[in-house]
Amino acid sequence: MDIIKIHDHDYELEDELFEIAHEQQVDAVRISGASNSFWKDSWLRLRRSKGALFGLIMIMGILFFAIAGPYMNSYGFDDQDLTRTNLPPKVAMLEGISFLGFDGVDIRGVDQYAAKGVTNYYWFGTDDLGRDLWTRIWQGTRISLYIAFLAATLDLLIGVAYGSISAYYGGRIDNVMQRIIEILMGVPNIIIVILLILVLQPGILTITLAMVITGWVSMARIIRGQILKLKDQEFVLASRTLGANDRRLLLGHLIPNSLGPIIITTMFTIPTAIFTEAFLSFIGLGLQPPIASLGTIVNDGFKMLKIYPHMLLFSSVIISVTMISFNLLGDGLRDSFDPKMRR
Amino acid sequence: MRKYIFSRIGYMFFTFLLIATFTFFLMQTLPGSPFNDERLSPAQKEALYERYGLDKPVAIQYFQYLVNITKGDLGVSYQFDGRPVTKIIGERIGVSAILGAQSLIVGTILGLFLGIIAAFRHNTIIDYGAMIIAVFGLSVPNFVFAGLLQYWVGVRLQWLPVAFWEGFEYSILPTIALSAFVVATIARFMRTEMLEVLGNEYITTARAKGLNDFVVIVKHGMRNAMIPILTILGPLTVNLMTGTLVIEKIFSIPGLGEQFIKSIMTNDYPVIMGVTLFYSFLFIVVVFIVDLLYGVVDPRIRLSGGGHHKNT
Repeated sequence: MDIIKIHDHDYELEDELFEIAHEQQVDAVRISGASNSFWKDSWLRLRRSKGALFGLIMIMGILFFAIAGPYMNSYGFDDQDLTRTNLPPKVAMLEGISFLGFDGVDIRGVDQYAAKGVTNYYWFGTDDLGRDLWTRIWQGTRISLYIAFLAATLDLLIGVAYGSISAYYGGRIDNVMQRIIEILMGVPNIIIVILLILVLQPGILTITLAMVITGWVSMARIIRGQILKLKDQEFVLASRTLGANDRRLLLGHLIPNSLGPIIITTMFTIPTAIFTEAFLSFIGLGLQPPIASLGTIVNDGFKMLKIYPHMLLFSSVIISVTMISFNLLGDGLRDSFDPKMRR
Repeated sequence: MRKYIFSRIGYMFFTFLLIATFTFFLMQTLPGSPFNDERLSPAQKEALYERYGLDKPVAIQYFQYLVNITKGDLGVSYQFDGRPVTKIIGERIGVSAILGAQSLIVGTILGLFLGIIAAFRHNTIIDYGAMIIAVFGLSVPNFVFAGLLQYWVGVRLQWLPVAFWEGFEYSILPTIALSAFVVATIARFMRTEMLEVLGNEYITTARAKGLNDFVVIVKHGMRNAMIPILTILGPLTVNLMTGTLVIEKIFSIPGLGEQFIKSIMTNDYPVIMGVTLFYSFLFIVVVFIVDLLYGVVDPRIRLSGGGHHKNT
């Protein structure tokens, strides 16, 4: 085939045909700053939220104490000593300031340390078996957090796998998978968890598993929605055209682009798991002694609420602060990962 | 619409059947028997097993169980010497229902109020204050809150009774403890919805017409912001149900939740199964009604999508 000749005449591109571009035109293309990655952008917005920062710092503090707290004094979390039972809290530097309540005086005004001849300091006091509450509470925090993180991780793995497969393959697979989810949604989680714990003996693993059995559903739904939205977009089509297989599309493009909702959902799973575990302890289906979680310590605190309130107070404050911190961070993350909020 | 309702009812039945089956077989695998008393002779034990039908094959027990449920017969309690479970539920549910309803009403009113003023005074100290209260209500576990209330208001200040159920003043502390979550959830939800609604042009129009703030908020804002609130009724019901378990235990209130915990401790399987089914039924029905209402109130909602969000 001949090359079609378009130009009959030769055109000369002379200089006067051109104009020098104005500054304005150049500016329009210039990017005003370095382009931000998803992570950097999110971090910048997260940093603006005071609540989220506060939550993050508190979580780091709690994690630090959960890891190091039990080693900060010489008592073991299950060391019983009946000569030092029910001691109120006493802290070396703060004992002079009486209204803080760290002077070893109980609510009737008796200095229990003097009465029992105890010279050691118990920062959070001791419980009815003479176990040091400081060590016990941080040990309990560690176990509560461990259960929560484990449950959140399992929820994440199952939920993401289920949701992404359901959305990606669509059609009949999606239909069947969604019917299963619809049925699970109709079941009140907590009832199933209670029933399962009744059958399985309560332990760290069984409590976690009982929570995961129904817990992954919300993650699966969110991921499905996200991937349904993404899978018809051009970048997926482009990748598919270049020969990417399903595995690469899912793991390399679809799931990484759903990271925002995944992280947010996980952030809210953690406090829910901490609460559920504590709730189970509270209705008598929690961890068995000597292992303790925050929930079992709170539950123990109720036994002598009227005479020794310190047993309930410290564990209550720490479980509440933990829950508040995770919720605050979750809220902040939701705002900063959500592109709709971008201004 | 009719097709949708029928399919939903079908789902409800199937879900309920699934829960009933699950409950039954889980109870079969439970360790321990309700008749572990060592004073019983083998013959006496056998007689008891026969009386409660525990000597028959599991399959027959299962079908008998399903048939009985349809007749409204949930079996008899092992602990309370053969009293029907439905009767126990009937006696106990009243107190729990009062407590739950009181908390729902108080919580909703307070929550709406907080949410609306937070939205109306957006980004002011009032807004921040309301949202801090909401985060607390959402985060602090209800049993912790109940314990602190019991200690400070009941034991230290001696303003209100700390336990039992003998009159209105006995219900105040449990209601506060139980409604905290409701207040927080509704306040946060209402704030978000109100902010969205208040940004609409018809609100500006209403203001431009010279209506005062109250009329604008109540007539134009609240009405439109209220619709999505329906979606959180499902999670709220679950929260109230589980909440009554612990709150009734803490305040020694003779409700269904307290009975449920007691039954767990004493291996009273028929009561555990019965109450579980009852709670599940309640939950399924509430979710169903919410979904229907949602379609009725807001025709824009595509029915097949369903409207409720799940929360533990």
